[in-house]
Amino acid sequence: MTEKLITKYLELTDANKIDVFESKDGYSRIQKVLKELKPEEVVDEVKKSNLRGLGGAGFSTGMKWSFIPKDGKKPVYLVCNCDEAEPGTFKDRHIVTSTPHLLLEGMMIAAFAVNAHKAYIFIRGEYERPYERLAKAVEEAYAKGYLGKNIFGSGYDLDIVVHQGAGAYICGEESALLEALEGKKGWPRLKPPFPAVVGLFGCPTVINNVETLSYLPLVMQGGADWFSKLAGEEKSGGTRLFCVSGHVNKPGIYELPVDTTLRSLIYDHAGGIRGGKQLKAVVPGGISAPILSAEEIDVKMDFDSLRAAGTMAGSGGVMVMDEDTNMVEALMVASRFFAHESCGQCSPCREGSAWLYKIVKRINEGEGRVEDLDSMLSIAGNISGTTICALGDAAAMPVTSYIKKFRSDFEDYISDCHLPVETQS
Amino acid sequence: MPKVTIDGHEIEVSQGTTIMQATKQLAIEVPYYCWHPGLSVAGNCRMCLVDVEGPPKPQIACYTQVTEGMVVHTQSEKAKKARKGTLEFLLSNHPLDCPVCDQAGECDLQNFYMDHGQYDSRFDEQKHKKKKAQPVGENVMLDQERCVLCSRCVRFCDEITGTGELGIVNRGSHEEITVFPGKEVNNAYSGNVVDICPVGALTDRDFRFKCRVWYLSSQDSVCPGCSQGCNIRIDSNLSRPQHGEGERVMRLKPRENLNVNDYWMCDEGRYNYNFIDRNRIQTASRVKEGVVEEILFEDAVDSLASVLGDAVREQRHGRIGVLVSTQLTNEDLFFVKKFFKTNLGMDAVESRFSFPEGSSDDFLIKADKSPNTAGAQALEVIASGTYQSGEDLIDKTIAGEFDVLISFGVDIDGLLGKEKLDAILEKVTLLAYVGSNHNETSKKAQLVIPSTVYAEKDGTFTNVHGRVQRIWPAFPPLGQARPEWQIICDLSEKTGFSVSADDAESIFSEITQTVSSFQGLSYEKLGKEGSLLSTVKETVEK
Repeated sequence: MTEKLITKYLELTDANKIDVFESKDGYSRIQKVLKELKPEEVVDEVKKSNLRGLGGAGFSTGMKWSFIPKDGKKPVYLVCNCDEAEPGTFKDRHIVTSTPHLLLEGMMIAAFAVNAHKAYIFIRGEYERPYERLAKAVEEAYAKGYLGKNIFGSGYDLDIVVHQGAGAYICGEESALLEALEGKKGWPRLKPPFPAVVGLFGCPTVINNVETLSYLPLVMQGGADWFSKLAGEEKSGGTRLFCVSGHVNKPGIYELPVDTTLRSLIYDHAGGIRGGKQLKAVVPGGISAPILSAEEIDVKMDFDSLRAAGTMAGSGGVMVMDEDTNMVEALMVASRFFAHESCGQCSPCREGSAWLYKIVKRINEGEGRVEDLDSMLSIAGNISGTTICALGDAAAMPVTSYIKKFRSDFEDYISDCHLPVETQS
Repeated sequence: MPKVTIDGHEIEVSQGTTIMQATKQLAIEVPYYCWHPGLSVAGNCRMCLVDVEGPPKPQIACYTQVTEGMVVHTQSEKAKKARKGTLEFLLSNHPLDCPVCDQAGECDLQNFYMDHGQYDSRFDEQKHKKKKAQPVGENVMLDQERCVLCSRCVRFCDEITGTGELGIVNRGSHEEITVFPGKEVNNAYSGNVVDICPVGALTDRDFRFKCRVWYLSSQDSVCPGCSQGCNIRIDSNLSRPQHGEGERVMRLKPRENLNVNDYWMCDEGRYNYNFIDRNRIQTASRVKEGVVEEILFEDAVDSLASVLGDAVREQRHGRIGVLVSTQLTNEDLFFVKKFFKTNLGMDAVESRFSFPEGSSDDFLIKADKSPNTAGAQALEVIASGTYQSGEDLIDKTIAGEFDVLISFGVDIDGLLGKEKLDAILEKVTLLAYVGSNHNETSKKAQLVIPSTVYAEKDGTFTNVHGRVQRIWPAFPPLGQARPEWQIICDLSEKTGFSVSADDAESIFSEITQTVSSFQGLSYEKLGKEGSLLSTVKETVEK
């Protein structure tokens, strides 16, 4: 059995309460860091741990921190991305609801490392209960002197503000998140400059995901070497939380070494396909990730292996589809999401995502034509790589992968719909 | 100074130059909707995608900065595919109502489709319905369906006027431009949002459906509405008189001049063109026994010339006063002064009036509503004699100092009221009016000679900062109207003096030789953007 890191806290009763959290090493790691380490030593340690951005991009966390200019001319901000909106992903919600202090401790470590004295948590508007838990935790931390001036008597100051979003997928994109945090419409910014140089209010900003930040106390406790060796693929960090949903017997959050295979995740951990059915397809990293067929699941779940397999580890949202799944309808649902969530700022995504949805909806309603499939591939091709942010690619990837891997399903569906009713399968 | 190669042409540009700016320098055309040289970079239309060697994805020319050794292709398959794809997206929900769209003929969706599209439509779905023909201000009409959401109009109201009336609401393909609740686009520069709209989403309520743009002829000019002298274009319809009820000028548009008005003009200037075609004095006239009668232009000139000739012969020229409007060009003013002061030896020629000042701001709108006050000053037609001002000269007229008063475009009634005009008429034996439009002064003057408006003549204006700028005739004068300098030539000939010129340019050349502040200038040197008077330091303008 594998080590439980974050899960240890998730499974702890009342871990949202500061006393319970503290009884299990809570806030001991930040105190040790403040007492014993210099900020750059924290950065080095995190670099060595190979902890990667678990929001989906998989970029080295320590490396991201090191891009913050050292001149100190402007204040540095830390922003926690808790906009968790990628369909199939529900780990951040669980962390924030069940063990919010773990996140706060991680934020303290990160803020200290990048010399930030003000940090924001951007939590998606739909997360009402998690927000209440988080707000309460922040209140408790202030009451104990763990936040504010001179935290833990270290001479280091840190304030944390919790900001509720208004409910837009795009605000999970870090530059759109910053715009929204600044009180503007959540539209991604043109890059460069990247947030590490020009971020929140024009100042250098580090943006990390909830899960990434929550791993920091554990990384600092166990050491970089220990963490990176938790998995066979050292470059990919140790463990992460996989959110398994769909047609499995035991959907849920599984914290596993990143070299676990997708097959093992589905069959050994999530209890296999429900009702003894066959697996048809699986989306390994949130709805944006290209879909894998049942034959492709012997792939390891780390960022690099999944990329080599033509998909992505993304947010860790694993969506399992059994043999009865209607791929046309599945794609329609995905495309509807992107058409609805496209921010509309740039033309290819704004118009293309809506167009794709209209076509697949028409196919689903029985009005499809075989040539629609090539049109969709072409439209998706025209979106990808031409947009301001990655949402365009995200809208295109399901279309491309579903049609390429399950083309006969689409073709059969289209031709079946044109048969007389009594012969339709 | 990085060097970049675009389509095989190498160019060295300054640090921070974008690919778009470099293509402009090389005169390579890259299409765009959202980019505008006077606004911040939005990078949202994705029409300017070009193929940069290195990165796998095409890059937007408007935002990507040139780096040393960068190689850019605007015509590679990758670049063409990206543009074509973007255009197809922009047109997917577009209503394609070109036959009833006022923008047709000057629409960048049409233009770029011909240049970069040329595909057969694949869009077979229901298009989004959005609101059409919504007035969003006194001058601006919005059609949300035609909008490509380039955000130029939003940025204009945010960045140039700072009035922020417009915004983009909703998400994805349901996004639309709209005015914020309770607001209207009624800022002093609202017409510019129509100019910068690359499609038919924002149209000009004044111009809408008046004339198809392909019937328009254009002439560069300078706005005569105030002393700023914004560079403009006069769009006139001469070939289809039935479309404009016989009127020639259909609209005015701003013309780029970074020294004067950037890319913009105010609404006050933009919609101030009706006088060019309406209420014009087209024939000479005189009042005979209380009745106005039209006379030949030559007879009117003869009549005035003989009054002047008699006065000079009888040494009564000191009893003639001349009022000159600063709406006249430098060339006109120079000849008026030369004839009356130098040749006839008169002292009473004055063009300064303490006009009731109009509205002004700290951008383009100036309180002095005439285009050539600085020219009149430089040419010393202002405060040149013993009279302090035009008002002073009028008061002296009423006091009985003058027998004859000649007004070149100065509407005494309009400026100082009916009482003053009537008092003058009781004192003088002749009030002559030389002007382009009817007013109370022209109606009561005993002799009226028609002159041209700025849109009908060659010449120059000197703006508030001392920039001398050319105007050109957009079309021939209406009726018998002639430029003031020609009227002066005629009067001179009849009175036996030698004030004559073949054209405005030769007068300008004479000005440059005799007035020191104009030294070194020529029509050729003025070009499209004008030149500063030699007495003006360059720092004054901005």
